[in-house]
This record gives sequence, C-alpha cells and structure tokens, in this order.
Amino acid sequence: MNEVATPAGLESGALPMDTVGNVYVESPRITARNVDVYYGDKKAIDGVTLDIAEKQVISFIGPSGCGKSTFLRALNRMNDTIDICRMEGEIKLDGEDIYAPHIDVVPLRARVGMVFQKPNPFPKSIYDNVAYGPRIHGLATNRAELDDIVTQSLERAGLWDEVKDRLTQPGTGLSGGQQQRLCIARTIAVSPEVILMDEPCSALDPIATAKIEELIHELSNQFTIVIVTHSMQQAARVSNRTAYFHLGKLVEVGETGEIFSNPSHEMTRNYITGRFG
Amino acid sequence: MTDRQDMTTPGAKSDGMMSPDVAARRVAASIAGRRQRERRFKSYGLIAIGIALAFLVILFASIFSKGIPGFFQHYVTLEVTLDRAKLDPAGDLSLQSLYDGDARGAIRAALYEATGASGRSGRKAAGKIISQGAEQRLRKAVIDDPSILGTTQSMVFAVDDDVDSFLRGFISRDTPEADRRINDKMIGYIDQLVADNRIEYAFSDYLIFGSASRNAEMAGIFGAFVGSMLTLSVCLVLAFPLGVATAVYLEEFAPKNRLTEIIEININNLAAVPSVVFGILGLAIFIGIFGMPRSIPLIGGVVLALMTLPTIIISSRAAIRAVPPSIRDAALGVGASRMQTMLHHVVPLAMPGMLTGTIIGMAQALGETAPLLMIGMVAFIVDVPGSVTDPGTVLPVQIFMWADFAERMFVQKTSAAIIVLLAFLISMNAAAIFIRKKLERRW
Repeated sequence: MNEVATPAGLESGALPMDTVGNVYVESPRITARNVDVYYGDKKAIDGVTLDIAEKQVISFIGPSGCGKSTFLRALNRMNDTIDICRMEGEIKLDGEDIYAPHIDVVPLRARVGMVFQKPNPFPKSIYDNVAYGPRIHGLATNRAELDDIVTQSLERAGLWDEVKDRLTQPGTGLSGGQQQRLCIARTIAVSPEVILMDEPCSALDPIATAKIEELIHELSNQFTIVIVTHSMQQAARVSNRTAYFHLGKLVEVGETGEIFSNPSHEMTRNYITGRFG
Repeated sequence: MTDRQDMTTPGAKSDGMMSPDVAARRVAASIAGRRQRERRFKSYGLIAIGIALAFLVILFASIFSKGIPGFFQHYVTLEVTLDRAKLDPAGDLSLQSLYDGDARGAIRAALYEATGASGRSGRKAAGKIISQGAEQRLRKAVIDDPSILGTTQSMVFAVDDDVDSFLRGFISRDTPEADRRINDKMIGYIDQLVADNRIEYAFSDYLIFGSASRNAEMAGIFGAFVGSMLTLSVCLVLAFPLGVATAVYLEEFAPKNRLTEIIEININNLAAVPSVVFGILGLAIFIGIFGMPRSIPLIGGVVLALMTLPTIIISSRAAIRAVPPSIRDAALGVGASRMQTMLHHVVPLAMPGMLTGTIIGMAQALGETAPLLMIGMVAFIVDVPGSVTDPGTVLPVQIFMWADFAERMFVQKTSAAIIVLLAFLISMNAAAIFIRKKLERRW
C-alpha cells in the first residue's frame, strides 16, 4: 500500500502504527488481534487490533477504501468468497478463533449475521425470505414454530404491521426501506449473536433511514451490532463506540461521544470536521 | 487551451476563445452533415435487414411451394370383392394365412374391372397403376374388421408414384412413348379412372405414418421421426444434467488455476469443432472399441450429446454469472452452505437461461446430419425403432437420403419432410422463448 493518498497536513511516514484510544473492553464478544487482510498483493487491512463489546453498537467510519467494510466482512469470513483475499492475525468470537482450520463457516455465519448495503431479499415470498435461515439450520421442528419465528422476526424488525396481510407476496415488491427491514428480519430469524451491517442505509431515503436507525437502537438490547457507515451523524446517533479507519489502519477508537466531541488524533479530527474524506 | 491559441482560427477572438455566435453558426453548419450521416447509417441497417428478410421469404416460398404438394398424393377408389377363401385360406385370420392369401389378386381383379383391361399387355399396364403397398393396406383392413370378408367393399389405394407424377403433369403426353415411364395403355386406363371419378387428390397418410420405402408413394417420415425423438431423448438425458453440473462446478466451485483454465478453453473450442468430427469419435469409440451395434439411436444420442454439451455449458455459465452477487451474499450471510446457495438460489434463478441454452442445443442436435452418417444412421431401415437400441434413422438423415433418390415424387416428399423438420425447429425455439418468459423473475 503506498502512501500517496496521505491527506494534507500529514507527512507520509508520520502515520502512527498504534491506534489511539482504548481498543480493549471489559467483556468482549469479538477480539481481533493484529489483523491483516490482503487482496492479492495489496494490503487492505494493516494490523488492526480491536475488541467488540457485547450488546453494544460499534460503528466503523472512514473515507472510501479505508478498509472498514473489508474488516467487517472478515468478522464472519464473508471475504472467503473472494479467491484472492487472504487474512493474517487472529479474530476470536467468544474466545474461539474463527479462522481455525476446524471452524465451519456455516454455523459461524449463523452466529454472526450480516445485512448488506443494497437491500437483497430473495426473489421469494416475504414469509420464505424470513423462514429461509431457520429452515436450512433446522431451527423449527414444525410449521407452527416456524410461523412463530417468522412473526417474531418481522415484529422485531418493525415490519410485521406492514406485511402481515401479504406474507405470500414477493419480498422484492416491497419498498427499499421495507426490503432492508425484511433483510434485517431474515438475519435475526436465525438468532445470531452478532449482526454486521455494511452501510445498511446508504440506498435509503431519510425516513426509511430513521426507521432503520431506530431499529438498530432497539436491537442493541439483544444483539451485538457492528455497523459500517459513511454518515458521521448516523454513527453519532446509533453507536456506543466508534472506530475510525484510514488506509487500512485503525486510527482511533473510543466512546462515540468522545470521538465526535474531542477526537485525540489529528486525522480523526480532520475527518469528522469535514476537512477531508 | 494552449494548443488552440497557437492556431489562428478565423472568427476566434484574440484570447483564443470563440465567440458564442461563431460557435453557434458552426454547430448549425455541421448539423445538416451529421443528420445526413445518421440517415445514411440507418438506411444501411434497413437495407441489411431487408436483404436478410428477402432471402428468408425466398427460402420459405420455395420450400412451401415444393413441399405443400408433398403432403398430398393421388388415390384410386376400387370396389374389391373380398373372397374369404382366397384372402384367408387357413381361415384363422392369422398374418401367415393372410400373407398366403391372394390379396394382390383381389385388388388386380377390381382394377381390371374398373379399367376394363383385358389381354396380357393390358392387364400388365393396369397392374402398374396401383401402388405395391395396396396389398398391405387390404390385409390391414381385413385385420381391423374381419366382418368385411365375403363382401364387396369400396376401398382407397395409393397410385404408383409414376402415375402420381403423370397426374400432377410432370410426365407429358407429348413425350414419345419409349421415353415415358408410363405407356399409352396406362394413360388410357388412367384417363378412364379419372373420367369415372375414381381418382382423388388427398392428404398423404403414407407421408406421416409411413416409414422408409423405395416406393416413393409409400415413403413416410414416421420411422425417422420416432428415431429423432429417441435420439433427442438420449441426448437430452445425457447433455442437460452433465452440462448444468459442469457449468455449476466451473462457475462456483472450481479453483481458478491453470488446469481449470485449460478445461475452459477446451470447452469453448469444442463448441467450434465440426460436428462430423464427433461422428468419427462416436464411430471409433462406441462402435470400434465398445463394439456396439451400428445405426442405433443410443449412440446417435450420445454423439449429439457430446456435440451439444459445449452449447449447454457455455449458456448455463452465462446464466449463472448473470445472477446478481447480492443474492449469493444474502444466502451466505444467513449461513447457507455453498451448495445450498447454489441449489436454493442461484440455479433456480439461472434456470431460464440454462433451459434456453439447452433447447437451442437440442434444436441444433435435431437438425444434425453429418455425425449420424458416421455411425451408420443413414442405413435403409423400414422398421420403426421401438427402443434406443433398435436400428433407426432421423429426420435430417431421411431428408438427405430422399434428396438422393431419382423418383420424381421424392422431390415433393423431401420438401414436405423439410417442412416437418422446420416446424419442429420453430416450435422448439418457440418453447425456449416461452419458458424464458414464463420463468423469468426479477430481483
């Protein structure tokens, strides 16, 4: 990775290797230690160490191409689908190394669910969209249980009232915001421990965004949530902690209030005050 | 801008910028030329389409004008006295007994009566009017309804192909008798039959239900049609699962390395291999090494499957690639395994494209002649194949053989068979479009 893109005011080579702020927490759900991710020869993530606390929302912010999405996808091994992608370091979920050879990605992804940038419901009915995860994992033993899971998931995703009369209609017929909430319902239907959200509101209008943010807030009572966002206001609104990435490095991490009111690192300050990024 | 400043363009101001009036004038001046070029370009396209359409119209007009008469032929109605003792000497209605009986005599007698033919040469001439298939038809009528034995029935028989050609006007009365395939006596009898209203021009049941025959009036496509269906079934059963499985593996599971690259290049090259080469391969391997019988639809189907595989694989891979990655992400994101992602989401979404490719491949296989010649499906086979291991032939090969026969009537039969084949190809392509429209879903 070259340093040509170093923003004004920062000498190349003066980039800190160490992250500012406290990367460790009391009872971490996920611990990442010295994580490097490569795309071919290109290093996309460089030595990131970070703890993610239980039942908290942590948001990853930073300019485009800073590696925040790559790091997010490393947390449930979605990067495995990219042939040239390679990972070094250690990521543990509840103390267990998720990159250990014996780990199967299928149960891992059931524990660490993911919501994507663009709403991507299956071209199936609303019911089948939500029921798909429980079905393949065998979570329901009979139809009534499955119905329960679907109903509860849709309720928790705040979508039940809008779709309860048309569960058999295609999920792709919903509006963008509804589709994204359907995707969230689909994710929580398998009762994951952690939900990863990759810019979940970037394709939505402000009203739909507000609904999703409210939903994230509610879901944080039950789930550990990691959200990547381009909107600093969104990070400020929804998260307990915020991590600022730059050029593959984790520059600063801290309590959200602290980061936005009094960032310690000059780059973080420049970014959140809109001087670059 | 520095480049332009160096050029002293008329109308340009000293600072190098053109004034808006000048620019507008120049744009206006160039518009006419641009429109002209656009019109010319459009007209090239229209001319190209026009030429293509004209050729299509000529092709269809020629095939239909020649082929439609092939669906009809001339029949003669005779009152046949069905003498039980003569037709069924054993009296048990068995095939053996009927073949021992004198069906030919009964028909001849009816014919002599209708034409009033007498004397050796007269009777010989009259006997040539009727098709050799008449006896078979009489026996069949007796088997279907034995109660007609002992009565006199009005029965319809096909006329001989030369007589048919004469009735169509292909054989002229002005030709000297020695050069004609039918002599003056026969013409006299035919005229009499026509005058008695015994000759009719009707839909040819022999064409549709008949099998291969050297007698043009009896030749039909049924055997070849059944052969084509059997061959295509074998081809479909082999090529579709193999092609789809290959496409799925190469697209989703295969590691990207030198070996898979070579396999991919070879599959693409295979699509361009002349089909006759596959025939030679089938001949060498299945008949040469494995010693399987010649002319059977099983081998034909295997050879055509080899030929259609690249088409199916390539179109299936394109269909799989067209499934948006977001669907894969969604399935993987809720913890589906790669196989579940494939089978539950990607393959169903890619299915319309896969089926379209398969049907187009099948249509290709249906029209293929060369590789089947190599494995002996060009043999003259009268029996309709009952299974994939019975010797048989296929429609295009039948057409190929008929085109080679000298009898005038085969010209029409060939064109008629081509129409049948074309109708099949068109309906298969229509099915492909229908399936695509039906299964196509948006995501």
